[in-house]
Amino acid sequence: MSMFAEVAISRLLREVLAILRHVPFRIAVCLIIVGVFVLAAMAPKVLQTHDPLAIDLTSALQSPSIAHWFGTDQLGRDLYSRVVEGAGQSLAIGLGATALSMSVAMTIGGAAALSGGLLDSILSRIIDVLFAIPTLLLALVFVTVFGPSVLTEVVAVGIGTAPGYARMIRGQMLSIKGAGYVEAANVLGHPFPRIVWRHILPNAMNPLTAMMTIGVGQAIIWASGLAFLGLGVAPPAPEWGALLNAGRNYVIYAWWLEIIPGLAVTAFALSLTIMGRHLQDRLEGKR
Amino acid sequence: MMGSDAVRIVVQHPIVWFARRIFSGVVVVWAAATLAFLIQCMLPGDRAQIIINVTSGNVGPASSAELAAINAKYGFDQPLAVQYGKYMLQILHGDLGESYQQHRPVAAIIAEQIAPTIVLAIAALLIAWLIAILTTLFIAGRDNIWSKLLNDAQVFLATVPPYWLATILLVLFAVKLGIFPVIGGNSPIGLVLPTLALALELSGFFGQVVQNEFTRVLEQPFVTSARARGMSDFGVRLRHVLRHAALPGITLSGWALGKLLSGAILIEVVFARQGLGGVLVAATSSRDVPIVSGAVLISAGLFVLVSLIVDLTYRVVDPRIKLT
Amino acid sequence: MSQGRPQPVPQQPDLLTVDSLRVSFGRGIAENTVVRSISFSLRPGQCLAIVGESGSGKSVTARSLIGLAGRYANVHARQLSFGGTDLIGLSDRAWRRIRGTEIGFVLQDALVSLDPLRRIGKEVGEGLILHGAVSSREEFAQRVIALLKLVGVPEPETKAEQLPHQLSGGQRQRALIASALALDPRILIADEPTTALDVTAQAHVLALLEETKTRGKALILISHDLAVVSHVADEILVMRGGEVVERGTAAQIFRDPRHPYTRQLLDAVPSGRPRGSRLSPSTIVRSPKQQMQLPLQSLPKSRPILLEATSLVKRFKGPDGTLRAAVDGVSFELRSGETLGIVGESGSGKSTMARMLLALDEPDEGAVQFAGRPWTTLAERERRARRRSLSIIYQDPLGSFDPRWTVGRIISDSLSSDVETRRKRQERVIELLDLVGLSKALLDRRPLELSGGQRQRVAIARAIAPNPAVIVCDEPVSALDVSVQAQVLDLLGYLKDHLGVSYLFISHDLSVVRHISDRVIVMRRGRIVDNGATDEIFRNPQSEYTKSLIAAMPRLVRDRRIGHSATILEEGIA
Repeated sequence: MSMFAEVAISRLLREVLAILRHVPFRIAVCLIIVGVFVLAAMAPKVLQTHDPLAIDLTSALQSPSIAHWFGTDQLGRDLYSRVVEGAGQSLAIGLGATALSMSVAMTIGGAAALSGGLLDSILSRIIDVLFAIPTLLLALVFVTVFGPSVLTEVVAVGIGTAPGYARMIRGQMLSIKGAGYVEAANVLGHPFPRIVWRHILPNAMNPLTAMMTIGVGQAIIWASGLAFLGLGVAPPAPEWGALLNAGRNYVIYAWWLEIIPGLAVTAFALSLTIMGRHLQDRLEGKR
Repeated sequence: MMGSDAVRIVVQHPIVWFARRIFSGVVVVWAAATLAFLIQCMLPGDRAQIIINVTSGNVGPASSAELAAINAKYGFDQPLAVQYGKYMLQILHGDLGESYQQHRPVAAIIAEQIAPTIVLAIAALLIAWLIAILTTLFIAGRDNIWSKLLNDAQVFLATVPPYWLATILLVLFAVKLGIFPVIGGNSPIGLVLPTLALALELSGFFGQVVQNEFTRVLEQPFVTSARARGMSDFGVRLRHVLRHAALPGITLSGWALGKLLSGAILIEVVFARQGLGGVLVAATSSRDVPIVSGAVLISAGLFVLVSLIVDLTYRVVDPRIKLT
Repeated sequence: MSQGRPQPVPQQPDLLTVDSLRVSFGRGIAENTVVRSISFSLRPGQCLAIVGESGSGKSVTARSLIGLAGRYANVHARQLSFGGTDLIGLSDRAWRRIRGTEIGFVLQDALVSLDPLRRIGKEVGEGLILHGAVSSREEFAQRVIALLKLVGVPEPETKAEQLPHQLSGGQRQRALIASALALDPRILIADEPTTALDVTAQAHVLALLEETKTRGKALILISHDLAVVSHVADEILVMRGGEVVERGTAAQIFRDPRHPYTRQLLDAVPSGRPRGSRLSPSTIVRSPKQQMQLPLQSLPKSRPILLEATSLVKRFKGPDGTLRAAVDGVSFELRSGETLGIVGESGSGKSTMARMLLALDEPDEGAVQFAGRPWTTLAERERRARRRSLSIIYQDPLGSFDPRWTVGRIISDSLSSDVETRRKRQERVIELLDLVGLSKALLDRRPLELSGGQRQRVAIARAIAPNPAVIVCDEPVSALDVSVQAQVLDLLGYLKDHLGVSYLFISHDLSVVRHISDRVIVMRRGRIVDNGATDEIFRNPQSEYTKSLIAAMPRLVRDRRIGHSATILEEGIA
């Protein structure tokens, strides 16, 4: 390696370190956790120690050990490798569901807040009615109608969580719409679409980003909850929820089959929540 | 906005207020009923075919005679508007239809199973409130290690999946330590772990909201005024701050119902408890739509009822609302 | 009382002794000293005023005296003692025995200083229960009623059962004072007790404080307002940046201020200054192009009418569901190049009217004409193009700026679209910043990074950017410190002469309105009760209401022996 490249790399490293120094410790930890999960989702082979589908009945239901970090299941499959394998599908379901629920919520909540008047009251009523139905029940409705599948899971969780977000977005947009700077832009004679585009949407974006960060974690929790009930993706796919559902029957003999996949869900969701809240606090502090 | 009505200072004549609340509640239930009806129509494929499959357990296609019989029995051969009208009329008579699988009225099935679920939900709600208030009262707003730990614990509890928390409690206290029965049935002792699992999650949410408001109110001038009169720190917390801090928490209790019902479904399954959870999961996997849509209707009704109670409670705690 | 301030008995020992008080927050390198080396002493029947602008450390000083400077505060002093008790390092329990019983404390704005969820009586009498001064419920009720009577709250039996928001601002503040007086403390500390009040209520509260003093209480009055202080104080500390810059008797400070900052503060009080004269030191408003032209000349009547309001009515739904007119048949006109002041207390409908003039709210009846053409009756689409001729300056400039935008973008956004090229716009923005006395270094700052005075200057720059004919100023200086207020008023005066713009100047502050306006409208409960040339209104007010407002106006009393405050006391408590 040439001297020049070495200097460049060390400078880059120093700059990265300088940025990271301003990141609080707990946020750094969360970033690392999320990073590991993203790596597991993109390139599971890098992290796996065993073939996640390889059956080995001689080593069935082993508790965590050096050979099998997270233990093995009833068919002797390595749980650690299965959890790594499942990250991809779980993350995809979480992201998909969040994207869906945010789009629905933005459309309904945003339209309600920006239009005002009759359309607002109609849309708010619709949000209210959907909000009156528990998230999981709303998700069950979709599973009942369309039958269990990955797509149903995404739609069920996406629609189930949408009413709550729609409410928040409507409130957020309304408060921005009533802000002094929107009125000031009005006094200047700017047309409403321009005000929406230049003031309302950009100012609503930041809190939405924080909301979405937390939302992805929550979506994964709901999706795994559905799967836990046996209404999610069918085995043998090692999606986290499927692992949880499979482990349910062995919880008395082999706790790790249930606790460890749950830990993966929790660690991921918790990291996203802490990061999202950090983002929210910083935004509020700035205001 | 139903749940947040209480946040606005409602200054109306109580009867007018009450009438309006009842009306908007009826609207919500009616809309939920319509939704429940639509769910049943939304089933992809031929409904008669699905009913036959659910009932008989066979997968193959049924004969046209069988289909016609089912269509006539459930009125599927009539126009949608007529079906809708009949459905609404049924609901007014307390009839939520008949389960495809169990061949019993949905209303009876839900009525049988709802009591344990409601007991669980109410117990969890009370415990969650107790935990949130006590921890806030003693720990919140103090700049020490306990306050930080409490805050972290609340974030953790609010985020953790309820079924996972329940499983940990089950493994730890029932399997490993043997303090509680693994399958508690409906005995009071069997209620402890499920309630705790459900309450801990909710207490995280309540705690965060109450604590946020609590620390905000602690800095308010009227609190300083009370201190300047010689009131102790705990006195200030108990007599002045707590009441204010509880207000947003009370508003949240309506929202908490949805959270509780979702959580109860999962936790009942973890502990193999009797209740709506098991029934709904079975109904969902066998596509027994009348039960699921019946539950939608019932939970919307419960939500309306709870919102009303929440608003009434709010009016008691915040006397500004009562006065005109 | 009319013979002047009561003379403290010479032999009486000091109640409170403060020597070299120093208060800081934080520790180590993060330590931030907010009060340094303050010394004073206080005798019974004496009033000490601590005067300063925001950030001067006056409130922290006051709170240190009852041990409530806050969790993170470090309080040091060579001596800090009350009636022989050393207050330094006192335990919380020992502090609680002193708070309320020996030292009473009143905060500003009783709406938030009284618990909004508790009844007035309970709040007023709370100290009685805390310190075990009453034994029965009946006694408690009696004492509370007596206290409310003492401070002049009307119908004390009814008010004791009400909640804070049901009382008027003045009544609330008096109830708060009553709660501080409940246990007959020897010292009363009042932190900005009149700041949030309307003038009449302010006069009542001042009279009450003065009466408390004559009953032999020692009084510490914290205020930013020299005019308020001049009614009651015997001794004055002027603070700035945590230090005392001047200390002296009231008579000495008002007659012969030694420190330039004290003089600046005194000059900044608009009342008692010639109308339109400069209030701030000349270095603050700088303009390379033109020297300031002062004072104003009175305007000929023949100027064209710009804004004309005819029988404006705006109704809102009241709490009981009935319609209440916030603005009730108001007509007036604003002529070109003129400043029309609109005065009224809170709830008089002046801000509602401003919104109708800007066509943000539609009037229920009547109409506004702008430059001889219809205005409020137009469709918004037709109005849009002409909106730039009518600007507004808000009380809270921060809320009126998009927090994400830079100063440059905020001002550039309001330039008319005739300025086409980017460079021209940039030049114009810098020109405008210069005009309002701001450096172009602020171009890339965001509103949150500016001081209150800078924000209001940016708001003014934005208001004049589209070359408006009329600027509506809605309480533009009410949230500012006196010296900053003086600068902003001077700037507005300068811009008017320089640009030939007309102002509609809305304020609750009579002295400010008097200073800047050519004509004045006095509003009360949505109606105009007085309307005329400024000098005419102030010399010879027509309505009783205007007379009472003018009488209650806080003026600098340079020599209290005239006995001005005694008359207020009689009117106030009546």
